[in-house]
Amino acid sequence: MRKKQLMALSTSSVITLKINGEKHTLPVDHRTTLLDALRERLDLTGTKKGCDQGQCGACTVLLDGRRSVACLQLAVTAEGREITTIEGVADGERLHPVQQAFLELDGYQCGYCTPGQICAAIGVIEEHAAGWPSAVTEDVRPEAGPPDLTAEEIRERMSGNLCRCGAYVSIVEAVARAAQTRQDAATALPDAEEAVA
Amino acid sequence: MTAATTETAAHAPVVGTGHTRIEGRDKVTGAARYAAEVPFAGLAHGWLVLSTVARGRIRALDTDRVLAMPGVLAVLDHRNALRLTTDYTGLLGTRPDPTCAVFQHDRVPHLGWPVALVVAETSEQAREAAEALVVHYEQEPHDIELTAEHPGAYPVDGHMPAVTGKGDLEAGLAASAVVVDAEYTTPEEHHNPMEPHAATARWDGGRLEVIDSNQGVTWVVGELANLFSLDPAAVRVRSEHVGGGFGSKGVRAHQVAAVMAATLLQRPVRVVLTRRQMFSLAGYRSPTTQRVRLGAGPDGRLVALEHRSISLTSTVHEFVEPSAAVARVMYDADAHHTANRVVRLDVPTPTWMRAPGEAPGSFALEAALDELAEKCGIDPVELRLRNEPERGPVSGLPFAGRNLAACFREGARRFGWADRDRRPRQRRDGRWLLGTGTAAASFPSGAAPSTATATAHPDGTFTVRISAADIGTGARTALGLVAADALQVPPDRIRVRIGDSDFGPAMIAGGSMGTRSWSWAVKAAAGELRERLALGADIPPEGVTVRSDTTEAIGSLAPAERHSFGAQFAEVAVDPATGEVRVRRMLGIFAAGRIVNPLTARNQFRGGMIWGISMALHEEAVRDRASGGPVGADLAGYHVATHADVPHIEADWIDDTDPEDPVGIKGIGEIGIVGAAAAVANAVWHATGVRHRSLPIRPDRVLSAPGPAGAPDA
Repeated sequence: MRKKQLMALSTSSVITLKINGEKHTLPVDHRTTLLDALRERLDLTGTKKGCDQGQCGACTVLLDGRRSVACLQLAVTAEGREITTIEGVADGERLHPVQQAFLELDGYQCGYCTPGQICAAIGVIEEHAAGWPSAVTEDVRPEAGPPDLTAEEIRERMSGNLCRCGAYVSIVEAVARAAQTRQDAATALPDAEEAVA
Repeated sequence: MTAATTETAAHAPVVGTGHTRIEGRDKVTGAARYAAEVPFAGLAHGWLVLSTVARGRIRALDTDRVLAMPGVLAVLDHRNALRLTTDYTGLLGTRPDPTCAVFQHDRVPHLGWPVALVVAETSEQAREAAEALVVHYEQEPHDIELTAEHPGAYPVDGHMPAVTGKGDLEAGLAASAVVVDAEYTTPEEHHNPMEPHAATARWDGGRLEVIDSNQGVTWVVGELANLFSLDPAAVRVRSEHVGGGFGSKGVRAHQVAAVMAATLLQRPVRVVLTRRQMFSLAGYRSPTTQRVRLGAGPDGRLVALEHRSISLTSTVHEFVEPSAAVARVMYDADAHHTANRVVRLDVPTPTWMRAPGEAPGSFALEAALDELAEKCGIDPVELRLRNEPERGPVSGLPFAGRNLAACFREGARRFGWADRDRRPRQRRDGRWLLGTGTAAASFPSGAAPSTATATAHPDGTFTVRISAADIGTGARTALGLVAADALQVPPDRIRVRIGDSDFGPAMIAGGSMGTRSWSWAVKAAAGELRERLALGADIPPEGVTVRSDTTEAIGSLAPAERHSFGAQFAEVAVDPATGEVRVRRMLGIFAAGRIVNPLTARNQFRGGMIWGISMALHEEAVRDRASGGPVGADLAGYHVATHADVPHIEADWIDDTDPEDPVGIKGIGEIGIVGAAAAVANAVWHATGVRHRSLPIRPDRVLSAPGPAGAPDA
């Protein structure tokens, strides 16, 4: 009897998630994905559900600064992580350079894949700046340093994010512009690189 | 009271200048709420249960056990569901697809047919209970295979005649110096908008309200009112942001199931399709098998043309993919015959998908033209210029603007076409064989009656209301620009409200007719408002509102062949060792009426062209003959082009203002995909010397194709 009760109790937990710098404590069904916790429990609907299977990238968020699909992450496993969603990437009213570039260059159409594309792009730009190679990087030796973030590099690195409307050309332009903005800022202010990292 | 005037110092027209999207900030910050994202107190979640057999009868559903599961509120199936009315003709002139009239009988006409809806307090509970529901079937043998010689194929007159013909085809072919006779196939293709179909239904003070993701609230209101025998005024459908549609977002099983459950439980119910369910319930493009026969003189001028297409439909609803109709617009010949036939199989009902008919039809016809150019030894662009018809080949009507030749001349110049060696397998880049290809594009231009209102407020701002849908087209922004020019005020003084059926009837986002139809109504309302304000009327606190209805104006258009046109160019690289095909660059030049917002229009044209790349190289839904169900029904099994598949693409246009449209618009939503797959396939031939007549051009097809292999024939 006691064992049965314990098993019944064990299907949910009270967890605390740190999202966009703010702590949220909530009971969750253990089956609840981070994506559903965000969308259905915390009303953070900016993170989109496109396939719920890790195949489209629409639910991309940043976990400890790295891009991750929220549909393949159970909410209970996200405790203790820094979760950044699309709602948390702007600096107050000032858009993140990636958001600004998507807006100005029309890096979307229907907008449903957009939060995922933007979070992925933020992750991509940081991964590139940190020297991570991609499948199309010619020289992957660490001493070669980061390759130029060419259109080909951006396309390769962003390929986990589908856009069925086919806004790819302007998305790539937006990511390139935002990466340039970051690089210009880093050049102008030598310790900005460190501050971001 | 404020005396207001719309006069501003010399209003510079904004239609034709680039503007970022009105809702852009909401989209990049995640603030834009889509259908499944509007919160409701007491919301219950519905989960559809789909059949696991392709044909048969439901014998029993073990609902008792499911009803006892945690959180489960109800199970709807054919034994307890509300009775629906299906004897009506909807907004688009079609009968309802019985697939949407859920739970009305025990018959199962295809695998993935909705057999029950499980409603629970949370989505996790609903999903678990739905998956636990055991359904017993009496299974019957099924037939799901489309073949070129299927004995069940029959012609269907739908939106257009099934069969057209003039002249003696066989005599024409026999007398032709050059003949092309080839069969082309295209596979089952799925829309796969990024946002899955979702609806939340609730009763609110005696009115049914549905928060939905659709391509036309007027359309969905009409269908729901008919199905549930309600006064249309008692139904409100809102659809503010739509995460893509491409033809798939009309009325579907999930809205109807949500309304049934909300009616039964008297609380809000949300039903969202899973990506996998979309492969059975969202509609799709039928596979086609097409035969094209062309006969021409040595100069490439056509004397005989035949285009026949077979597509499939379900056993419960007739839908025809009219692929052969593209020849009725594009090319003339003394002997000219086209036919669209359909086969009824135990499969889900297909539906409109971006450029229905034109997309697969232009692949076959434009690939056949390329084969004719090869056989005649004529440049493919020149061949098309030689075959420009004076009048509609079938209708005999004049063309209201046919600027195809100008598109080809401009495209050829910008693509560097003149330098091309017509012979295949002449260019190489390391391991890659290179080739270029071209194709023509056309899509009908039309407008449908719509209503709109324009309101002047005392503070000098304006609100335009129309039940339009912005499914990613940029329609909201375009309508703001049209209104700004009509009112002669800057666009930032205009609010544009769309996606609410309470704004009055309007056309859907479909058939490349949305922005044109809505702009017509918006310009009429805003123009009349400006005239009224010019008389110096005082503006009361509630504002001054003018309503327009374009029914009469659109009805008075004289019959003509009205189309957008375009020329597509592609360069591909083919690796003969792996069979991989990569598109290296693409150019589309369009004559598609006045371009309202170049920023969003270019994006939309490119999006269509990317659909063409995806169609040419990736997309193929596979149906398992044994079960009758889809295989790999997800975005890993069904490939759509992603970033790495898409090179830099140029899309541009020539001046082609439609003199009969108040704004000059023709419509651009669909033409981008038309001809694009043919341009890629023709480029693959030019690279390899091998014709690929079945899409997609998969690596295994490239590798196993008969024909030249090894080094270029230098």
